[in-house]
Amino acid sequence: MSTEGRQRSIRCLVAKVGLDGHDRGAHVIARAFRDAGFEVIYSGLHKAPEDIVQATVQEDVDVLGISILSGAHNTLIPKVMAGLEEYGAAEDTLVLVGGVIPEEDRDELMEAGVAAVFGPGTPLEETIEFVRENAPER
Amino acid sequence: MTGDDEALLAALLDGDHRALARVISRIEDRAPGHRELVSALYEHAGGAEVIGITGSPGAGKSTLVDKLAERYRERGETVGVIAIDPSSPYTGGAVLGDRIRMASTVGDMDVFVRSMSARGSLGGLSTATADAVKAMDAFGKDRIVVETVGAGQNEIDVVRTADTVAVLVPPGSGDTVQTLKAGILEIADVLVVNKADRPGADRTVQELSEMIELGHGSATGSTGHHGPGSTGHHGVDEDGHHGTDEDGHHGVDEDGHHGTDGAEAWLPPIVETVATDGEGIDELLDAFGAHREHLERSGALADRRRRRYVEEITTLLREDVHGLLEAELDGAGGLEALAESVRRGETDPYTVAADALAPVEECLTELDARSR
Repeated sequence: MSTEGRQRSIRCLVAKVGLDGHDRGAHVIARAFRDAGFEVIYSGLHKAPEDIVQATVQEDVDVLGISILSGAHNTLIPKVMAGLEEYGAAEDTLVLVGGVIPEEDRDELMEAGVAAVFGPGTPLEETIEFVRENAPER
Repeated sequence: MTGDDEALLAALLDGDHRALARVISRIEDRAPGHRELVSALYEHAGGAEVIGITGSPGAGKSTLVDKLAERYRERGETVGVIAIDPSSPYTGGAVLGDRIRMASTVGDMDVFVRSMSARGSLGGLSTATADAVKAMDAFGKDRIVVETVGAGQNEIDVVRTADTVAVLVPPGSGDTVQTLKAGILEIADVLVVNKADRPGADRTVQELSEMIELGHGSATGSTGHHGPGSTGHHGVDEDGHHGTDEDGHHGVDEDGHHGTDGAEAWLPPIVETVATDGEGIDELLDAFGAHREHLERSGALADRRRRRYVEEITTLLREDVHGLLEAELDGAGGLEALAESVRRGETDPYTVAADALAPVEECLTELDARSR
């Protein structure tokens, strides 16, 4: 019956982690996701990996987008992934990383469970399309 | 209920944070089977005290909620927060930013913060909020805070899922006070003048207290006590008209402001806070406590809950009937086509509605006749 019609909406957490105050990219993405019809939760700046995990679990987001421009991705991302694992959330959360990530670090992040890395200059449409196609079915 | 849902419910009752999060998602999504899930929550709920917080954008709601949560945690209580932000009427998208202010308790899993957007319509948000409150309650949260921007009827309906409603009024804005007159002031059980360190706070407190007295038709005896001389105490003054006095009977004063129905009337106290540095939070908690006590003593708690369930049942029924009719309308070519024929002047909205409802009425009459 149509009353049971789902009002499903893609939920995303846009997160800034660690000592990194550059949030313009995160704001641009948050805005673009909103305009794409997603529900965007913004973490705010300087969050610890466990804060991000807490927010991801409580908000039950489909997509976790982490923006890092500090160069600390190899330290911070695995901590986030381990935390998600601990709460059983790693499997059905699409984790994206955006920011300045050197080419040679990408494989390691992907191995840790990151679904995609979007570097500077990625068209917004590309990221949005990726989310639409890969947001987990629940 | 399906096996999956049963497992989900069991995990929630077992204290699994992810299960609680998932149940709330099911509620928000209006996912198939969510109704059975919510039904099952009812027998496990009922222990939580629910506070609603509303006010204009930038009034400091999230910051205040953060400080409240911190204080509750210091007292050893677990906290659930539901923070509602508007969604775009065009794309349905939303940016939910209340979490940013929840800095004091970040990393503490016993503060469960959930951001929600205003999806859907037809009172859907207030239903979803009430259901999410039930989920947190059944999970075992001691305190649940529902926070929403007080912009319209929808939001007012939302905070009414709470037992105690606090309305935040930023100082120095006569305009705000004007807009409050119409609706929001009426739903306030506690008025909070946040940012009380800003110029104009005294004046706002004064204006609010005058309005409260006007609203209760009891300007006698009390007017004038809130002049410039009586300000500066964070919501606690001698005559107990705003803030909390020591015996917690603020709002009900000696000269007998009692309602005509025998129940004690509640005059909303005015509490001054500076949420950014935690000032006035204890007074606010006292005011919440006093209101709670008032609700229990006067029997108003039962009234309030009964009224809320009336609204919930009505909303569910309306949704269901709407669903049935939608199917009916699809048979008649869909809503768009009907709207187009109204535009062309071939029919009118009233005829369309009556035609759509006719078969339903017929069925009901038939059922009625059969059961007699």
